[in-house]
Amino acid sequence: MIARIVVVPKPVVNDPQGVTVRQGLASLGFGEVTDVRVGKYIEVRLDATSEREARERVDAMCSRLLANHVIEDYHFELEHERKGAMR
Amino acid sequence: MKFGVVVFPGTWSDRDCGWVVDQVLGAHLQYLWHKDTDLKGCDCIIVPGGFAYGDYLRTGAIARFAPLMESIGEFADRGGLVWGICNGFQILCESGLLPGALIRNASLEYRCEWTNLVVERSDLPFTSQCDEREVIRVPISHGEGSYFADPATLSRLEQNGQVVFRYCDVEGRVRPSSNPNGSLHNIAGIVNSRGNVLGMMPHPERCAEAELGGTDGLKLFRSVMHSAAQVLTA
Repeated sequence: MIARIVVVPKPVVNDPQGVTVRQGLASLGFGEVTDVRVGKYIEVRLDATSEREARERVDAMCSRLLANHVIEDYHFELEHERKGAMR
Repeated sequence: MKFGVVVFPGTWSDRDCGWVVDQVLGAHLQYLWHKDTDLKGCDCIIVPGGFAYGDYLRTGAIARFAPLMESIGEFADRGGLVWGICNGFQILCESGLLPGALIRNASLEYRCEWTNLVVERSDLPFTSQCDEREVIRVPISHGEGSYFADPATLSRLEQNGQVVFRYCDVEGRVRPSSNPNGSLHNIAGIVNSRGNVLGMMPHPERCAEAELGGTDGLKLFRSVMHSAAQVLTA
C-alpha cells in the first residue's frame, strides 16, 4: 500500500516561504492568488493487511514523527498497489 | 563540575562548546556520542548547535530519537541541567523537553550576526552571574530560529517567567527592529517550568574569549559552574 502524506504549516503559523511564493506568482501576473502555503509531500510504502490497519499505522507515523503538531497539520490518502506491479 | 557535550552526526558546535568548557572555564569535559545511553556522571549536558542528522524532515526531528536523548530526558526529569544551544534548542523542543517549535526565519535568510539579549531571569543556574535585565551581546547563526508557540503556551511562558532571553537593542529595549528572525515576543531563549532545561538560539560558546569579539557568553558557562559549586557545598 502507498500512503501519500501532505504536511502543511498550521494556519496560525507564519509561512514566509508561502508569502514569498505568492509574491512571485503575483509578479508573474497571477494576481488572483490570495494565499500560498508551502508544505511537504511524503510517500510511504508499507505492508498492511487492511486499509484500516494501514490508516492507523500511518496516522501514528504522522503524529510521532512526520509532522510536528505544534506547527503542522497533515492529511493522507491510501492507495492499493497491484501485486507484482512495477515499482 | 563535569560538562557533557552531545555529539550527533552533523553537530558542528561541539568542539566550540568543548573548548570553552575545557580551555576557558577549566571544567571537566566529556563528549557524549548520540548512540550511547550513559551520561557518564555529567552535571550539565550541553546539546550543541549544528545540523544533527542533516536537519532531515525538520530540525531536530530525527535527533530526538537518538538513544542518548532518552537518557537526557530522564536526567532532566531528575532535575539535571540540560542546555540546548541553537540546533540543541530545536532538538529539545522536538523532544518535548521544552514547549513550542523553531521555524524558518521570517526573512527566509540564514542570519549570522551579533544580537543583543536582555536577560529576564538571573535566578537560574544558567544565568546567576548575570545582572537583572542585563543586556548581553551574543551572536546568532541559524536559518530556522523563529520561535513559535500557540497563544495558550505563549501566555503560560510569560506568566511563569519562562522567557530567559529576548532580542533587544543595545539599551535593552525589546523592539520589532531588534528581532532577527521573527520570533514571537522576540524570544531568544526559554526555560522549562522547573528551571533546569534551557534552550536558546544564540551561541554563548562563540563569545567566551575577547579574541572572538566578546566574552558575554562566558557568563552563562560561569553561572552553571557557580551553581554546581553551590549544590556541592550545600
